[in-house]
Amino acid sequence: MAYSDKVIDHYENPRNVGSFRKEEEGVATGMVGAPACGDVMKLQIKVNKQGVIEDAKFKTYGCGSAIASSSLVTEWVKGKTVDEAATIRNTHIAEELALPPVKIHCSILAEDAIKAAIADYKKKYSGGDNVAGATIEPSKKAAD
Amino acid sequence: MDARRKPIYLDYSATTPVDPRVAEKMIPWLTEHFGNPASRSHAFGWEAEEAVENARAEVAKLVNCDPKEIVWTSGATESDNLALKGAAHFYKTKGKHLITMKTEHKAVLDTMRELEREGFEVTYLDPEPDGLLDLNKFEAALRPDTIVVSIMHVNNEIGVIQPIDRIGEITRAKNIIFHVDAAQSTGKVPIDLQALKVDLMSFSAHKTYGPKGIGALFIRRKPRVRLEAQMHGGGHEKGFRSGTLPTHQIVGMGEAFRIARVEMPAERERIRMLRDRLLKGLQGMEEIYVNGDLEHRVPHNLNVSFNYVEGESLIMGMKELAVSSGSACTSASLEPSYVLRALGRNDELAHSSIRFTLGRFTTQEDVDFAVELLKQRIGKLREMSPLWEMYKEGIDLNTVQWAAH
Repeated sequence: MAYSDKVIDHYENPRNVGSFRKEEEGVATGMVGAPACGDVMKLQIKVNKQGVIEDAKFKTYGCGSAIASSSLVTEWVKGKTVDEAATIRNTHIAEELALPPVKIHCSILAEDAIKAAIADYKKKYSGGDNVAGATIEPSKKAAD
Repeated sequence: MDARRKPIYLDYSATTPVDPRVAEKMIPWLTEHFGNPASRSHAFGWEAEEAVENARAEVAKLVNCDPKEIVWTSGATESDNLALKGAAHFYKTKGKHLITMKTEHKAVLDTMRELEREGFEVTYLDPEPDGLLDLNKFEAALRPDTIVVSIMHVNNEIGVIQPIDRIGEITRAKNIIFHVDAAQSTGKVPIDLQALKVDLMSFSAHKTYGPKGIGALFIRRKPRVRLEAQMHGGGHEKGFRSGTLPTHQIVGMGEAFRIARVEMPAERERIRMLRDRLLKGLQGMEEIYVNGDLEHRVPHNLNVSFNYVEGESLIMGMKELAVSSGSACTSASLEPSYVLRALGRNDELAHSSIRFTLGRFTTQEDVDFAVELLKQRIGKLREMSPLWEMYKEGIDLNTVQWAAH
């Protein structure tokens, strides 16, 4: 598999790897994918009072393209309002990273991760607007 | 670590370099001594024929059989095809049932599929979780119309050694032809065909420091095994396999097998120590799983799954090492190793497996470098893995409701 230079750069020097504490003010989490499919992405955003994403972090289990896609979106969402971030499309991600057709699903997953994080934000902080994309809260699921 | 350095070769089960001593012996048979071994009327042919017969004797010596029982082929794939199709076609009036295992090489599995298309019936046995065949389950699968059994000696992915001695006792008592693919075992495990009740055995040169493109099939004479030829022509190799013999390749295989016979005892121990050093180095890490039984195993193989790390990113992170992955992620549909799946490994563990196979030219420095690199790269990927984070928080991933995509 030949990777583009941008994928290799993000894989070797991933941006914003890590986690925020979930209870932290303004933090929302989106987790998408499944281990059996070979990709799981966790994207967290930290939103200030003005509705601007001041920081973002990710963790990804997946191939180099999945890691690069999630690393890229953490850079892109920073400084954007939540509504602006919601306009990021997988096609932008795939184009920026020059993903081959078999890796397009990685960019779709990254878009889903943004949507899921935003949905979590809206649920937590503005009373649960319905936004496309689901969020998984593993810690709650695991408690049963 | 210097990324420009040539990768360290730890993939000796894929192929081996030709030993320089072997290459040196081959060269004159391409240039000065170019005769056709089948030419009976002049010295060019006679010397080539003599070289071919010397090589045949060397191959026979490594596995303790009569040189007359060795037939040259293009490699183990052809030997498997000739053995299975040849025996099934010859004995088809006796029965139409064959038995093999799900962890066999594709050269056996795909040949079996072809025989099924021709009307034969094939049973594919599951291995035990350690990779080995359960003999009770094997005996239970035998039918009155079973004509051929094919079980490999050493598995190419996990290196486990099947009990071919005991399988042979069972098949011989029932007059069933027993074929063994031994591509991965020559020079690694002693083979004694005087003692083993094996009827057909496939060999390859390039897994044992010989050239690619040459192999052999052992066809037992006592009790005599009959085969229907698959390649027709000039009647070479007593009609079993027509085609002009490639003298230089054959000389190479003979020399490679001679060296294997002489050096195997010392080489096995040296490589086992290196493999154990690699294993010990990796065992310092959490959540690693060795695939396949460690005791009934060739000394040069180590197959390990690294939990919570995805296979393709793992390979991408280890370009300084030439190793094989249990995950074939060349397309959108991820296909984990069928061998590891047959052992009952889940998809995630099958995807994150790496096969290390050491060999004649592996050094202790290579192993130490690999251990340090793996610790560093796997640590980095796990720091990035949400699954590792959840595992560390004590979350059981099986209880999580994943949104499958």
